[in-house]
Amino acid sequence: MFTTVFFIALFLGMIGYLCHFTATSQQDMINNSYNSRQQILLSRNYRGSIYSRDGDVLAETILDDEQNEKRVYPYDNLFSHIIGYSIKGRMGVEALANFYLINSNTSISNKAANDVAGLKNPGDNVYTTLDVDIQRVADEQLDIYKGAIVVTEVATGKILALVSHPDFNPNEIEDIWDSLLESNTSSVLVNRATSGLYPPGSTFKIITALEYIRENPDSFQSYRYNCNGSFKLDNNKISCYHGTSHGSVDFELSFAKSCNSSFANIGMGLDRKLFSKTLEELLFGQELPITLSHAKSHVEIPASGSDAEMMQTSIGQGKTQITPIHLNMITCAIANDGILMKPYVIDRVENAEGNLIKSFKPSSYGRLIEQEEAAVLQQLMTAVVEEGTATKLSGLSYKAAGKTGSAEYNNVKGDSHAWFTGFAPADNPEVCVTIIVEGAGSGGDYAVPIAKRIFNAYFSQK
Amino acid sequence: MQEYIIELSKYVISLLIAIYTLLSFLALRHLKGERGHGLYIVQDMLIFAVQLLCFLNLSLISRDYQYVFFYGFIQIFLFAVIMLVTMIYEKANRLLLNNMCMLLGIGLCMVSRLSFNKAFKQYIIAFISFMISLSIPFLLTKIHFLKKITWLYAAIGITLLGVVLTFGELTHGSKISFSLGGITFQPSEFVKILFLFFLAGALWENISFKRVLLTALIAGVHVIILVISTDLGSALIFFVGFVLVVFIASRNYWYLLAGAAGGSAAAYIAYRLFDHVRIRVLAWQDPWSYIDNQGYQITQSLFAVGSGSWFGMGLLQGNPKAIPFVDADFIFSSICEELGVISGVCIVLICLSSFIMMMQIAIQIHDRFYQLIVYGIGIMYIFQVFLTIGGGIKFIPLTGVTLPFISYGGSSIMTTMIMFFILQGIYIRLQQEGGKHHVRQRKQATVADSSSGADRANSFTEASKDTQ
Repeated sequence: MFTTVFFIALFLGMIGYLCHFTATSQQDMINNSYNSRQQILLSRNYRGSIYSRDGDVLAETILDDEQNEKRVYPYDNLFSHIIGYSIKGRMGVEALANFYLINSNTSISNKAANDVAGLKNPGDNVYTTLDVDIQRVADEQLDIYKGAIVVTEVATGKILALVSHPDFNPNEIEDIWDSLLESNTSSVLVNRATSGLYPPGSTFKIITALEYIRENPDSFQSYRYNCNGSFKLDNNKISCYHGTSHGSVDFELSFAKSCNSSFANIGMGLDRKLFSKTLEELLFGQELPITLSHAKSHVEIPASGSDAEMMQTSIGQGKTQITPIHLNMITCAIANDGILMKPYVIDRVENAEGNLIKSFKPSSYGRLIEQEEAAVLQQLMTAVVEEGTATKLSGLSYKAAGKTGSAEYNNVKGDSHAWFTGFAPADNPEVCVTIIVEGAGSGGDYAVPIAKRIFNAYFSQK
Repeated sequence: MQEYIIELSKYVISLLIAIYTLLSFLALRHLKGERGHGLYIVQDMLIFAVQLLCFLNLSLISRDYQYVFFYGFIQIFLFAVIMLVTMIYEKANRLLLNNMCMLLGIGLCMVSRLSFNKAFKQYIIAFISFMISLSIPFLLTKIHFLKKITWLYAAIGITLLGVVLTFGELTHGSKISFSLGGITFQPSEFVKILFLFFLAGALWENISFKRVLLTALIAGVHVIILVISTDLGSALIFFVGFVLVVFIASRNYWYLLAGAAGGSAAAYIAYRLFDHVRIRVLAWQDPWSYIDNQGYQITQSLFAVGSGSWFGMGLLQGNPKAIPFVDADFIFSSICEELGVISGVCIVLICLSSFIMMMQIAIQIHDRFYQLIVYGIGIMYIFQVFLTIGGGIKFIPLTGVTLPFISYGGSSIMTTMIMFFILQGIYIRLQQEGGKHHVRQRKQATVADSSSGADRANSFTEASKDTQ
């Protein structure tokens, strides 16, 4: 019976569509500002609290005698970007967890009692992965400089700390909102860790090195280059930092000493099509698998010719732009033997009585690079600390690994952002740190000491 | 106390409706009516239980006595429907009857939650429709000229549609209604019945290409008038009804293909030609970008469904009035919002079970004319359900049709009820003839019948070749 079967199939399809929509869209629907039902929820419930991973209150709603609500952030500026705010729009965890915070799963007896007493129900509470101590250290170390720091757990993707300077006090968001919007120069509301686009500088050598290993799996060990301070091709010239001559360097030393000349040389010999493909696999130019709003990193491998640009790109200058969180993800993947765990900041949701409502488990994005490639890169990054530009991280109770960067951002010689991205312990990585200090100068001088303090803070908790 | 009732009701109502739905599908196995009698009694109890819970919620939360009174009136009405039909027409199809009552009940409940005024009107119309429909099965046994006035159906139908086109009021951009003495009618609804009779009359004994072509032409006139009136939903329903009835009558897959191709071509032309078609397709593909104007309706509908989730926000706990035309085109969304998507899916399945039952009935009818009518009723009913629900959840673009029995809309309720009772009438005859035929065969040997009556009666269950 064709007609009957046809309509049954049509209806099953429609029912399936409806069920799929219901199963996946609830949050998006409720969070949309055009949805009037949010107001209904907010008229019945007051916003839940946000906690650090140890249970410190990062955001809460205080009710006065007349049931007026005030959103309070006990740590003032410390978590301004990552926790965000919920008045005047939403940002950070306040935005991500909005659905949970305005819904109340408190017990039915509580709801009944509240209803009788004319009180609002408590929204559900959100526990984040953030660590107050590590966040504090990162914030203090970044000091008055502009920049960003991202600290994540390698095996799980948990974001332990996320700092962006300049910051603001979310307790005052209502007062400063208008002036912030009017200002042409203030970028205080920008979360530089997720949305700040910077030239990666020498940290990009990680990727250039990866490509070289990929294209020369059997011969990269025997790479040799004689560095006399600069690399020349036709009329184009790349110089090493401060014009230093590195002498005869192998692959590992080129990386450890961050030899621009050597890497420009490597870059010119790469297959550009394959390089572009690698960059795509590493999530350049794409949405990152994170729920926080972010900017897309950008890189352009010039077509054949354009040698100057290719040389620049190989050492992380040129038109390349990357966000700190993206660089952190690449570093974590390397530390995790090639597999990227998706960064996340919300660990679980509990109702007001402490019963678990929803738990967020670590989830893998997939394999970014091969295990053997990761192993080589780990070795290279260990060499950076042992004998390269990050020796300030050597000789500690733990072994660290990473890559520094001093990214030039204008034509003034010497003006550079200080980068460091790395992980520790080198042999069994647990924590991954990515730091950028705007305009500070050399990565080894300014970013590495910050990493040391952060690693110290992390390991002192164990 | 109230909190407990609201919270618990969400789950219990969904559960009750789910059980009812399950029973509906079980009932599909028992076409003979007698067996499974207890099943229908349980369904009846479930209908009243759901009504009780819903109105309990409505009364308690709103603290409005009107709901209590209205509840009383509705229960009396539903009870009367079930009692009268089963008493007067023993052989009536219980499943279709129960489904109709369940849907009517939910519809009245929802509409009363949205607007008491409209609910009252809805009730009156349902009442009047029932009074009219109750006599239909009886009339069907008495009227014997139905097969003969095929072209008259077409003539009246086209005239009515033409009148609306020229003199009708413009409601929200479509010319579909017509005012007479303060009451608005939507003639396209009634023309549906005439159209079905026309199709059945034209195709039951002659399915030659010439006849099909002629039928197509006349059907085409209907459809075109509807399109010009911008009543696209009805146009679609008429068109699909036509194509499928031709297909079933002729058993010729080529007609189906031609219909599909023709339909697609027409849809494409309509898309290029008409602004409002383009707007609807746009709003369907990406309503979020146009959330302020063209996409407003559908996004509000999606908000309602999404916010309701599986068990709903609870009656009077949501905000269905945020959806424009919520009582007519988007009533399903408000049901999902307050009673939950599980209840919503069950309602869809209840409609589907009615359809399957109609198809099962159709197979057994030997008189081609009535068989085609039953097929036609089933197809147009289920397709309308598909259009309205599919549009509301963004499965397909919006077409502006109502959900039979549930949406607020007098003409819709009356037409659907009449169609259901026509079907009941045919079904009852089917049962009776099955018995009578037996008796006739014995009697024929002895008594000389009054010819015409007996011949007509016999021809109903005429053993013709295969009509499958």
